[in-house]
Amino acid sequence: MPDQFRRFCQWLGAPLTDRLIKLGFACRFLLAILRHSAVTLTRPRLLLREIWFAGVLSVLIISVSGLFVGMVLALQGYDTLQRFGASSSLGILVALSLVRELGPVVGALLFASRAGSAITAEIGLMKTTEQLAAMEMMAVNPLARVIAPKFWGGIISMPLLAAMFSAMGIFGGYLIGVQLLGLDEGSFWSQMQGAVDFRLDVVNGIIKSVFFGIAIALIAVFEGYDAPPTAEGVSTATTRTVVTSALVILALDFILTAFMFRGV
Amino acid sequence: MKRGTIDFWVGLFAIAGFAALMFLALKVSTLSSLPAAQTYTLTANFENIGGLKVRAPVKSAGVVVGRVDAIELDTERYVARVTLAMDQRYRFSRDSSAEILTSGLLGEQYIGVTTGADDVQLKSGDTFKITSSALVLEQLISRFLFSKAAGDDTATPEK
Repeated sequence: MPDQFRRFCQWLGAPLTDRLIKLGFACRFLLAILRHSAVTLTRPRLLLREIWFAGVLSVLIISVSGLFVGMVLALQGYDTLQRFGASSSLGILVALSLVRELGPVVGALLFASRAGSAITAEIGLMKTTEQLAAMEMMAVNPLARVIAPKFWGGIISMPLLAAMFSAMGIFGGYLIGVQLLGLDEGSFWSQMQGAVDFRLDVVNGIIKSVFFGIAIALIAVFEGYDAPPTAEGVSTATTRTVVTSALVILALDFILTAFMFRGV
Repeated sequence: MKRGTIDFWVGLFAIAGFAALMFLALKVSTLSSLPAAQTYTLTANFENIGGLKVRAPVKSAGVVVGRVDAIELDTERYVARVTLAMDQRYRFSRDSSAEILTSGLLGEQYIGVTTGADDVQLKSGDTFKITSSALVLEQLISRFLFSKAAGDDTATPEK
């Protein structure tokens, strides 16, 4: 019986300690990246290339998704609001939900699956083909040369993409609300302006997206660096990046929202 | 991909991102809370503030002239002390009155300021002398029902 109990506890404890060790490793990895970030600043060329890969190439999917999300919000919101004769508040509904939540969150989810997975796959493959080891042989620190620029590129791109998502979504809401459903253009914009506060809503949304950017970038580079150097290992790591990022984004969003919007 | 092309697109990306931010800042939202340097504070005591909230607008003749800065209970007289951050550009006479109004039937509550005739103006830190409380719907209905019932007793005994 004590032997069985012992094995049960081991069975319970092993995954827990594994994850704790991984979390600790991720934290030390973050510190190491920050220590080697100076090179990124002195060689902006590296950073520009990563912003190109993470940011510029995500613009299309982010803008198109934002447009559609805004249009759907306008259609659904109009359907409910007109029952109460409040259809002129459609602008408020679309803008607040996009700026506060959907822009940062959906933008981050798309960014994680579009750019995060690519970062993980690239780093994982570089590790598998021993390019990282080759760099170390040439006295080039892969953390400074490869990892840190990708990390910072992701962090810089994310808030800009979230702002684009919100802006495109509001434009989509305008297209549906004003052009298709025939709401008054003046009241659409003026009610929106009256209800959306720059500091409380827009700036808080940007702060959210910065946090999401940090989380996605760290998860992506860490999973890539930590991937077992096999084809299967890289594919698992890529999947894990997307899944972990999605979970972390949603959990982090709850925590940040609880701090920011307490219904004062 | 050539270096120049990447630079160009990253630059364009940055411009588009900041353009989106500017759009959100200028077209979608407003800076409701004015910088502290451009405001002066007034206080007003109300018997009942109803559903008035911090950051609610202060309007005079329908124009927003300030925001509610803080609401607290005066524990000496048991009235609500509302602190208002008023726009520096607008000054009101010393005998102005403040009342709590509702925009629309179910809309948000705001403070309406009606200016008086006195030449002396309210300074920062001054208090409104004349205030009227928020209209509480339940009290209004119960008063109406009460007077209706009383009226029924005397005027129309039975049809």
